Amino acid sequence: MTDKALAVGDTDVFIPVSINEETCIGCNLCVMVCQPDVFVPSIDPGGVPVVLYPSECWYVGDCVDVCPVPDCIALHVMDKNKVIWKRKESGEEFQLS
Amino acid sequence: MTASQAQFDWPYPIKWGEEQRVDTDVLVLGGGIAGCWAAIAVARNKGTAVTLVEKARTIRSGAGGSGCDHWEHAVTNPCCPLTPEEITQAQIDSNDGYNNGISHYIEAKEGYDRLLDLEKMGGKIRDTEDEFEGAEFRDEKTKLLFAYDYVNRYTIRTWGTTFKPALHAECRRLNVGILDRTMVTALLTEDGKQGGRVVGAVGFHVHTGRFVVIRAKASILCTSRPSRLWLFTPDLAGISEFRPMQACGDGHAISWRVGAEFTMLEKAVRAEWSGARSFPPYGTGNTHNTWYPCNMVDATGRELPWVDRDGNTLETTADRCRPAPGQKFFLKGGGETWFQKYEFLGPDLPPTEELIRMGYKLPFYADLSSLPEMERKAIWGLMIGEESKTKIPIKRMYEDAGFDPSKDQLRSYGDSWWSAKFKPSERQFFGLPGGLVNNWELRTNLEGLYAAGDTLFASDCHGHAAATGYYAGRHAARYAMSAQEPMIDENQVQRERKSTYAPAKREKGIAWKDLNVSITKIMQEYCGAVKSDELLTQGLNVLQDLREGEGASVFARNPHELMRSLEVLNILTNAEIVIHSSLVRKASCKQLHFMRSDSTEMDPPEWHKFMVVSRNGHGVRLRELPIDYYAPMGENYEKHNQDYIRENSI
Repeated sequence: MTDKALAVGDTDVFIPVSINEETCIGCNLCVMVCQPDVFVPSIDPGGVPVVLYPSECWYVGDCVDVCPVPDCIALHVMDKNKVIWKRKESGEEFQLS
Repeated sequence: MTASQAQFDWPYPIKWGEEQRVDTDVLVLGGGIAGCWAAIAVARNKGTAVTLVEKARTIRSGAGGSGCDHWEHAVTNPCCPLTPEEITQAQIDSNDGYNNGISHYIEAKEGYDRLLDLEKMGGKIRDTEDEFEGAEFRDEKTKLLFAYDYVNRYTIRTWGTTFKPALHAECRRLNVGILDRTMVTALLTEDGKQGGRVVGAVGFHVHTGRFVVIRAKASILCTSRPSRLWLFTPDLAGISEFRPMQACGDGHAISWRVGAEFTMLEKAVRAEWSGARSFPPYGTGNTHNTWYPCNMVDATGRELPWVDRDGNTLETTADRCRPAPGQKFFLKGGGETWFQKYEFLGPDLPPTEELIRMGYKLPFYADLSSLPEMERKAIWGLMIGEESKTKIPIKRMYEDAGFDPSKDQLRSYGDSWWSAKFKPSERQFFGLPGGLVNNWELRTNLEGLYAAGDTLFASDCHGHAAATGYYAGRHAARYAMSAQEPMIDENQVQRERKSTYAPAKREKGIAWKDLNVSITKIMQEYCGAVKSDELLTQGLNVLQDLREGEGASVFARNPHELMRSLEVLNILTNAEIVIHSSLVRKASCKQLHFMRSDSTEMDPPEWHKFMVVSRNGHGVRLRELPIDYYAPMGENYEKHNQDYIRENSI
């Protein structure tokens, strides 16, 4: 065992959460709160965290809740989970986008 | 940067092989709801040091870390006419005795005390802003809000997103030593012997890899229940099961290895929820749990009829929240049996097949818009917003996309709250599965080892975790005050250190996900819906091959992967416990969802008992417990809790 360790991210999986690189302030609160440890902090101090293990996301949204910058972190829904609802008066159907 | 193709140096400082030593009086393993309450109880016992070890971050960790929309069985609240004896006995009877009479009595007796405690810490438990003034489910004097049975008022609607930060702050205020992002990998026993007094634990930091050795007079397992034994989807690993990945039953595996006793692990229901196939929890139209007592309509907008236990149509929403004529109370909520008895059966919709036969057209929808305003606000505003996985993925995201509960009808995708169908061989620990055996101190069979929350057999829900956590903390603290200094066996520490780091020492091998897939395939094949001695024995042999083959070559490139690898090796151990538990029950049992092909008789009376298994060397020890081993509940509770009773009567 050496002192080295490698971060190897999940590949070719659905990405459940994204961080707006323009508005992220690099506070790492999302990294701190995430229960399954989906994120790792950027190697650059103050940089944008990396979504390293997207397949392990629990879809709870604590990262969205704790983020101090409005709309900086977005949770995404898989197409197959986009629930339908119907407006009662018009009968018009909508789907979670 | 997204994850795709990401590969770079591990961003945390690597401390493989470095060692941290901690001395404490009481060690709490797991910082979810039960764990935080256990730590608080110990810390309130003046002069008793407590250390809490949590695999994630205590501020939001555990299955209930993000919220709690209702608190069950709080019968000592001032608005409830029931007694702890009545509600606990009903839960026992409704499960034909296969239930934990101790832990559920504690839940009923002390659950409301914990809610009041939470309020003092800053948690919100009542309608202080008078948002629901005048609602039938609100008590105007206490401002408490109730769910399900509005006559007997034993379930309280809560603002549970406030709970975990409040518990975390209280732990900090009481100087609980918190080791976050630390996975416990083994328990330590006196002289390193199986069956000996538990004197601490070892583990490692899941970011740095640093090894930790904790010496403790008493330890409390608050490590949830096993998962991912039959269900695992590699690309959506985090939602393979209902609970978070971290809660996968590490405590079961590590305590099995040192000789702890388990019961009821032969009980696994046909799977109810898995994220790869189900819709997000509480995110589709239904009438159960959080969504009770919602209106439902069919595709043409025709309202589906609610009926009482005798099939009588219930005309109003309020009628769905009252017991039937001649019925004192009904049971609703988490952990409810599939085979509810007439005595406790509550209002519901007729089964879907019957509704179709009656001419109702699919698909069905939940129609919040036609509910009385207060009911609509209680379901969508309060409960869908305060439950563990609803605030962001359901309430905020649906509303951002334009969903309006006062105008829209939400699609239902299956029977009850289910939104996917599973094969009979796909099992899951849902409701009241097995776990560690406990006495009236919530101690296990091992001296120095206590358990709480879902780690206990036949356990479920937030209030239960809180009440049993606090209770176990009290008793562990009392034991620690008079216990002898614990002696750690350094040979055992070195053995466990080697075992912990083994996957990180390999440069190549099997990835943890592949090993988890193998376990689920074996469990579906050899320990699925229908069991037999031959199948189960073959299953044990195949699992042993897996342990010696792929299990011995699982590898990790950093501390996070090491955590996942060791979790799956624990899942492998849990699979073995389940098969051992299944092997010793030789007759089929309906309430345990346990079917054998080599025993034709269902529920023969001589098998109405708890089968208890523990590891004995490399074999298994079996003993039996009477189905009511904990009786009489009230008398035993009083005998073991005089201090608490005295303090609370002042």
